Amino acid sequence: MPLQTRAGILLPFSEVPEMTLIESLSTGTGFWNPLAWLIAVVVAAVIVYLIRHRGEPGYKKGTIQTVPFISGNPEPDKEMVHVRASNLYWGYLDALKGYYDLIVPAHTGVLNDYMLWYLGIMAALFVVVMFI
Amino acid sequence: MNGFVITHSPALLIMLPLLGAFAAPFIGRVSPKVRSAWIILIMTLTTLVALLLASDVLLHGTRIYVFGATSPNLVVPLDSGGIPIRIIFTVDAMSALMQVIAAVCGFAVLVYSLSADRIHSGLESFYTLFLLMITGIMGMVSTGDLFNFFVFLEILSIASAGLIAYRIDGGLAVEAALKYFVLSTIGAMAILVAIGIYYGEYNALNIAMIASRMQLTLLDQVALVLIITALAMKCGAVPLHFWTPDAYSMAPSSITAMLVVASQASLYGLFRVVFTLYNVTLNAMTVGWIIIILGILSMVIGVTMAIPQKNVKRLMAYHAISQTGYMLLGVGVGLAVLGNQPLMESFGYIAMEGGIFHIINHAMYKGLLFLTAGAIFFRIGTYNLNRMGGLGHSMKYTMVFFIIGALAIAGIPPFNGFASKLMIYESVFAFNPVLAVIAMVVSILTLASFVKVFHSIFMGPKLPDFDTVQEAPVPMLIGMGVLAVIVIIFGLFPQAVVDALIAPAAHALADQSGYIATVLGGA
Repeated sequence: MPLQTRAGILLPFSEVPEMTLIESLSTGTGFWNPLAWLIAVVVAAVIVYLIRHRGEPGYKKGTIQTVPFISGNPEPDKEMVHVRASNLYWGYLDALKGYYDLIVPAHTGVLNDYMLWYLGIMAALFVVVMFI
Repeated sequence: MNGFVITHSPALLIMLPLLGAFAAPFIGRVSPKVRSAWIILIMTLTTLVALLLASDVLLHGTRIYVFGATSPNLVVPLDSGGIPIRIIFTVDAMSALMQVIAAVCGFAVLVYSLSADRIHSGLESFYTLFLLMITGIMGMVSTGDLFNFFVFLEILSIASAGLIAYRIDGGLAVEAALKYFVLSTIGAMAILVAIGIYYGEYNALNIAMIASRMQLTLLDQVALVLIITALAMKCGAVPLHFWTPDAYSMAPSSITAMLVVASQASLYGLFRVVFTLYNVTLNAMTVGWIIIILGILSMVIGVTMAIPQKNVKRLMAYHAISQTGYMLLGVGVGLAVLGNQPLMESFGYIAMEGGIFHIINHAMYKGLLFLTAGAIFFRIGTYNLNRMGGLGHSMKYTMVFFIIGALAIAGIPPFNGFASKLMIYESVFAFNPVLAVIAMVVSILTLASFVKVFHSIFMGPKLPDFDTVQEAPVPMLIGMGVLAVIVIIFGLFPQAVVDALIAPAAHALADQSGYIATVLGGA
């Protein structure tokens, strides 16, 4: 069976050139090479390490240095400090309140509504496929 | 022996899990350990056969297997009037890809499940239904016969419904299973009506035979709509997705990971029907745009519904809907330009490859994410994000697996999700730039959503409620590790995967005449 290679040439599978693992991914209009990206990340990590290496060496784990300083106030309980899921993205949700007021109530959880959606979409597709 | 296995591999892919399923309750009577060994053996053999068959298909082309014939290749018996009357499996590169997905995911999930689900009762029926799910998926993606497709779809639906309801959970899981089952039954009945239409018109059930006789009459259009609607619902496309968050969130996590693969089998069915059964006979632009619009709706509504969720599995379920949108978008663009060879060469094939690549990538990283959610539930007993926090201190490996899955689904390099999304972005941009922009915005929202989940579960100080929490058991880590390794490898060597698996699958899907000629030959 002929198979299409990336170069667009039809070849039997046995004649397809041996795949090279470092080959870039062709996306039609561009390419992507994850290994080149990884090398760049490693180089950046080495630079970060070298900068960090020049930092203050007097850090001691488990001493007063590691205790949070809250303007002299005592540290709250751990449970009070953690930001819970409901408190995240309230701004985003508030900004899109109109959209969510429309979309969330559509998810009623009622099976009858699910079936009505199913039949409604089927009817709409009949119209589109047959008349367009 | 090797030749025998290769010759009968399409049948073995059904026979092995079917045998394993019905023997499991009896073998379980000996001891749970023997049952575990039995199902692992069955799943290992199934995986090996799937890999063997896939390599054979990629090396030698489409495989035909005729059940009950004197020879597995005897498609059209001399006295049949030129009609392939027997059940025929047709395994091309697209089918082989789907088999590999089902087998590898099934294996990883099973290893995980042996530890995650061991504390529950009724495991004999659990693993029977699990292996029946594998049977259903393998049958759906292998068969070349429409009625046979319906039968395997029903096997999959019944097994899945049983497993969604498995934990009961105060009746909530049963309710989710009921919703899934009622909708699946309606969808299956619609497919059966469509099959009846084809049979009445063309006197055949074989896909290749119907495709070769396709006239695109009014009845064929009715059948097409019945099938598109049913399979779009089964794969969780918006606005037919409502069952998905209910079922995904209530099923055990191991089963949720397999439900992702089951949904993709339905997606495969949808693609098989529009490309192989109809192909250029239909108005490809119209049907292509229908699939593109379903994809865009799934991407946008899926991700925006995910962000406010408090239940981690419900959140992930909405993301599964959103990711299905990418697959529909990529393959839909390929369908929209199907009759135009220059456009197909320019971006159509790349769009299809991107969409198909995303199917296997999504199965791996979404399966991984659901397994991490299950590992967390296994240790702390809740899916409620508001109650979680600081688990990164005690579940370090699970956290690493979660990060890998989350970065992959958000399309962050160098993970596999980035590679397939990049192919979709660039090819879809050439078709319609607005669609590509929407796809990229959805990826940003996906990243935002998973940042929230990561923070809520793993970040922050160690909470007093979770002082005694330990890392997930080793078998669960192994199951997650298998999928994580695939996510990384596919991300680091995407072109090798595309060349070996994806491009042949995309070309097999688009090549209707090749499919017909392989099955019917000169008939």
